[in-house]
Amino acid sequence: MRKLFFNSIFIIAVTLLIVSCGSKAGSKSEKLAGEVLIDGSSTVYPMSEAVAEEFRTVQPDVKVTVGESGTGGGFKKFGRAETDINDASRPIRPEEAEACKANNVAFLELEVAYDGLAVMVNPKNTWANDIKVSELKKLWEPDAQGKITKWNQIRPEWPDKEIHLFGAGTASGTFDYFTEAIVGEAKSSRGDYTASEDDNVLVQGIASDELALGYFGLAYFENNKDKLKLLPVDDEKADNGDGPILPNLENVKNKTYSPLSRPLFIYVNSKSLERKEVQTFVSFYIENASTLAAEVGYIPLNTAEYEASKKRWSDFLSQHAN
Amino acid sequence: MKQKEKIIEWLLKISGGITILITIGIVWVLLYETVVFFKVVSIKEFLTAKEWTPLFTNKQFGIMPLLSATMLTSLIAILVALPFGLTIAIYLSEYADRRFRKIVKPLLEVLASIPTVVYGFFALTVVTPFLQNIIPGMAGFNALSPGIVMGIMIMPLITSLSEDALYVIPNSMRFGSYALGASRFQTTFRVLLPAASSGIGVSVILAISRAIGETMIVAIAAGQQPRLTFNPLVPVETITTYIVQVSMGDVPQDSLEFRTIFAAGMTLFVFTFIINNIGLWLKRKYHQKYEL
Repeated sequence: MRKLFFNSIFIIAVTLLIVSCGSKAGSKSEKLAGEVLIDGSSTVYPMSEAVAEEFRTVQPDVKVTVGESGTGGGFKKFGRAETDINDASRPIRPEEAEACKANNVAFLELEVAYDGLAVMVNPKNTWANDIKVSELKKLWEPDAQGKITKWNQIRPEWPDKEIHLFGAGTASGTFDYFTEAIVGEAKSSRGDYTASEDDNVLVQGIASDELALGYFGLAYFENNKDKLKLLPVDDEKADNGDGPILPNLENVKNKTYSPLSRPLFIYVNSKSLERKEVQTFVSFYIENASTLAAEVGYIPLNTAEYEASKKRWSDFLSQHAN
Repeated sequence: MKQKEKIIEWLLKISGGITILITIGIVWVLLYETVVFFKVVSIKEFLTAKEWTPLFTNKQFGIMPLLSATMLTSLIAILVALPFGLTIAIYLSEYADRRFRKIVKPLLEVLASIPTVVYGFFALTVVTPFLQNIIPGMAGFNALSPGIVMGIMIMPLITSLSEDALYVIPNSMRFGSYALGASRFQTTFRVLLPAASSGIGVSVILAISRAIGETMIVAIAAGQQPRLTFNPLVPVETITTYIVQVSMGDVPQDSLEFRTIFAAGMTLFVFTFIINNIGLWLKRKYHQKYEL
């Protein structure tokens, strides 16, 4: 049903695209062939994969491959011009930009969505009203396994009751992201908690258990506001606002909700622009990012930001193509 | 004619053989993967470690948390099913008139034909909130609620088999008991129940092995957190739930993590196999033949 709904939206979008771009010598409806190589962050992966999947229905002869060797690993290949697009869950580092320059690779950074993680407890939980990043680390690091099992082990004034943990399953990108942001190393987590890739299970678990604490994507919290209590997170750093910060769409976007929020990027390689299929793909990506971001559970940019992206992309195109 | 008989005979042999071959095949695959698993993880660790976290950084391979959850939910189920099931069986066989029995018995068996996924959601969305009103502080995922619902599910099994066992006891025994001055109640509990004990025992055993292997109800309502506890109010993860969880995730095949489900499945298989054999043994040892 959802697929059907999505497909119909997609068909409308494509129709609009074809109509609106009719003036540009019908470039969009032209049948293309070739390959688009994408690599990089596993967080952005579901987003790029969703775009690639939809792109296949318009341009079935273009082979789009999406890898997930991590943002850093992806940038290494990108700098050597081995990939056309790099998915990134952080901005490019100076040394990575240097490497690109050394190989005469110019690039364009495009934000495609925002990603925030919410830490939640049951609405009947009266004691926990905020949580520090250091406390989350103590609670979720592998050493906590079997040892940190009560609320008062995290903060002495909290009750001497068991804590029931709910979190992302190991196959989920959320799991990688949370562990990296909180514990400091991706995939490094305690194992004695209710781990599920299905957010519904986590919502149900936290909503029905007074002693629960759990995390998942902010987008999902928005749909279950009445059943859950969101905890403000304090990163104990003053530079992005003091004290605990309650996540919302605004401060996830401007990164004051730290460290559990970040923008997601794609980087486009100038050397690939001579290939029509890459050009078409990137345009398609920007055009559909908003719908697809929501679809895979991320926070879309606002319309003005997508317009700005579109402008920067067309400028970049006219500068580097031909 | 003889030719035709032979062909039919062969067809029957083949269909019988296929089921045996499938069983052998399943056991073989289970055994093979389990042996590979135990080359890496020692059996001692598997049976004695107190944590089960094969998918995480600090890998622990103790089956006990999963096994305890399976035993806990099955125990609750049987505690619900046995008294109710047996009472209904006694009533239907000894007290109710024949017409009533004819109507009620098939109705009870309808309970057994409800899909288990429906039972699962019934446990999660009806029984759990109800129990939470009575027991404040009970977690939304827990062993108690699916245990009770599983008890309701296996109750017809106990009722039906026990009732059959009671019903086949010849009337001469009842009349003998009445002749000695026993009341109906005394006859039922002192004479008929002991006489039918093997049949009742078998019904209980079958119900237990049904509860142990039950997947959907516990997967939906018991939670997914492996923990070694016999507290029925907190989330637990049964062996079957774990197998579902890993089968649906994207754990790479041919990895140690993937083989854990075969080791878990083997444990389940061994358990139900032993229990079913106890049942068979019970039946053979105590089965009494009545002369009509």
